[in-house]
Amino acid sequence: MTIDLKTVKHISKLSRISLDDEKAKKLEVDLNSIFAFIEKLNELDTKNVQPLTSIAETTLQLRKDEIKSSNIREQVLKNSPKKNKDFFVVPKVVE
Amino acid sequence: MTNITDLTLVELVNKIKKKDVSSKEITTAYVTRSEKSKKLNAYITDNFENALKKANDFDNNPNYEKKLPGIPIAVKDLFCTKDVKTTAGSKILNNFIPSYESTVTENLWKEGSILLGKLNCDEFAMGSSNETSFFGNVQSPIGKNLVPGGSSGGSASALAAKLTPATIGTDTGGSIRQPASFTGTVGLKPTYGACSRYGIVAFASSLDQAGPMTRNVKDCALLLDVMCSYDIKDSTSVNFKRKNYFKELNNSIKGKKIGIPKEYRVDGMSKEIEDLWQKGINIIKDSGAEVVDISLPNTKYALPAYYIVAPAEASSNLARYDGVKYGFRSEGNNLIEMYENTRSQGFGDEVKRRIMIGTYVLSSGYYDAYYLKAQKVRKLIKNDFDEVYKKVDAILTPSTPSSAFAIGEKSKDPVSMYLNDIFTVPINLAGLPAISIPGGYDKKGYPLGLQIIGKTFDEQNIINIAYSMETQINFKNKIKDWWI
Repeated sequence: MTIDLKTVKHISKLSRISLDDEKAKKLEVDLNSIFAFIEKLNELDTKNVQPLTSIAETTLQLRKDEIKSSNIREQVLKNSPKKNKDFFVVPKVVE
Repeated sequence: MTNITDLTLVELVNKIKKKDVSSKEITTAYVTRSEKSKKLNAYITDNFENALKKANDFDNNPNYEKKLPGIPIAVKDLFCTKDVKTTAGSKILNNFIPSYESTVTENLWKEGSILLGKLNCDEFAMGSSNETSFFGNVQSPIGKNLVPGGSSGGSASALAAKLTPATIGTDTGGSIRQPASFTGTVGLKPTYGACSRYGIVAFASSLDQAGPMTRNVKDCALLLDVMCSYDIKDSTSVNFKRKNYFKELNNSIKGKKIGIPKEYRVDGMSKEIEDLWQKGINIIKDSGAEVVDISLPNTKYALPAYYIVAPAEASSNLARYDGVKYGFRSEGNNLIEMYENTRSQGFGDEVKRRIMIGTYVLSSGYYDAYYLKAQKVRKLIKNDFDEVYKKVDAILTPSTPSSAFAIGEKSKDPVSMYLNDIFTVPINLAGLPAISIPGGYDKKGYPLGLQIIGKTFDEQNIINIAYSMETQINFKNKIKDWWI
């Protein structure tokens, strides 16, 4: 299958990555060559194969729902590009 | 006295314990050499001043019971280090200062080690040449304008150039073993679940593992001892009885069965790689091990499956970079535009490419055709290994299909870059441990590596085989300090 420019733009939208036309065209070429490579998997009949869902030989452990750290608001906000005292700030979303 | 920076990790530990050398002297030696080696661009952030202070503190109040007493170590910039900038080689994390420490680095500091600095790597560990880093290419000490491999390229370069006595990397598809192979050093990817992933910037969570990168196998065993621990903070950390790899190190491989997979003899493989492999096989035979021909029939499907699974997981992991809670932000007229501008300007081309692949294969209507298919193929690859491990104790292959290439040589064509990881990727897909050790040189005088793959949690076995082979191979580092 081939990926056209329209699909590239659709994926960029889903990925929340804006693309200009030049970049989109370059990606169209790259993605097509990568998917041509990936299509090799179609040679394999996997109808009766169970997918691998976990590689770790372990079952997920449950733990008690306890507070382990408190008073870390400053730490949490420290790296925020834009903050207002106690909040992360984003562009206005509600009119 | 020999130069401090020429000593191995184990030698340094012994010397400091005997009080032949102080932590201050060791740290000063590495800081001085690192400062003279800026041309390599191995460091993203240095911690020299702080390291010297800590070395002083250690000398004033030494504890020689620790496994790495007062030993400075630089680490890949993918490990979160408390109060020290952690970038993952990306613009989007250029100003990120973690308020917590990764478990693996915490383990190093608990054993007396001191952070020397944060080493360059491919952006979010996506790359095989360190050329995708926002902080620029890394030079290999092996030769001018040669890539050190990737993604742990800064780690491999710093280690081979003796800017750190040892280092740690991460390996999602070969990111420890391939750069180790390119720089004539030792790199081990542990079994999935052996080392904690807590505090490591995530790339593909079902494949990522941290591991040691060292100058020889003995150092590797010691560093793995320190790194490896069960961790409740990583839900895929496995609670098994960890060995004392260093103490149990021995070089007897007599009677062991080593598999040679015919599928690794790929089309167009160079005579030099073929010869290297044969040399490894001969060494194993001479040491009294039995060589067994084996088949891993689905090997050729590993790389295509990897380029579905890894980008899919990456696209999901990297969704967190939205310009809100931390990292780089580019403003926009509304929330969506802010996200789009932030991610468009914050990520480099390779990362965007992989996010796009991942988003596509997980998108509505394509999940079964790509992601589910890849997980099924992954199962077949795992089955291949399970089957051969009924007959053999370990597997020997080359680490890479070629030696190091020039900066810029492969960066235009993503698929040719991906093919670099053809021998390393299957091991991540199956969650197995593997070690790369220097095997010799090619005609150009560049190092080539041999890879030993083990059974799940059988690190001790592959370390011992590597230890035995290392003595026979007797690899000599030919690096001249051309960059100083």
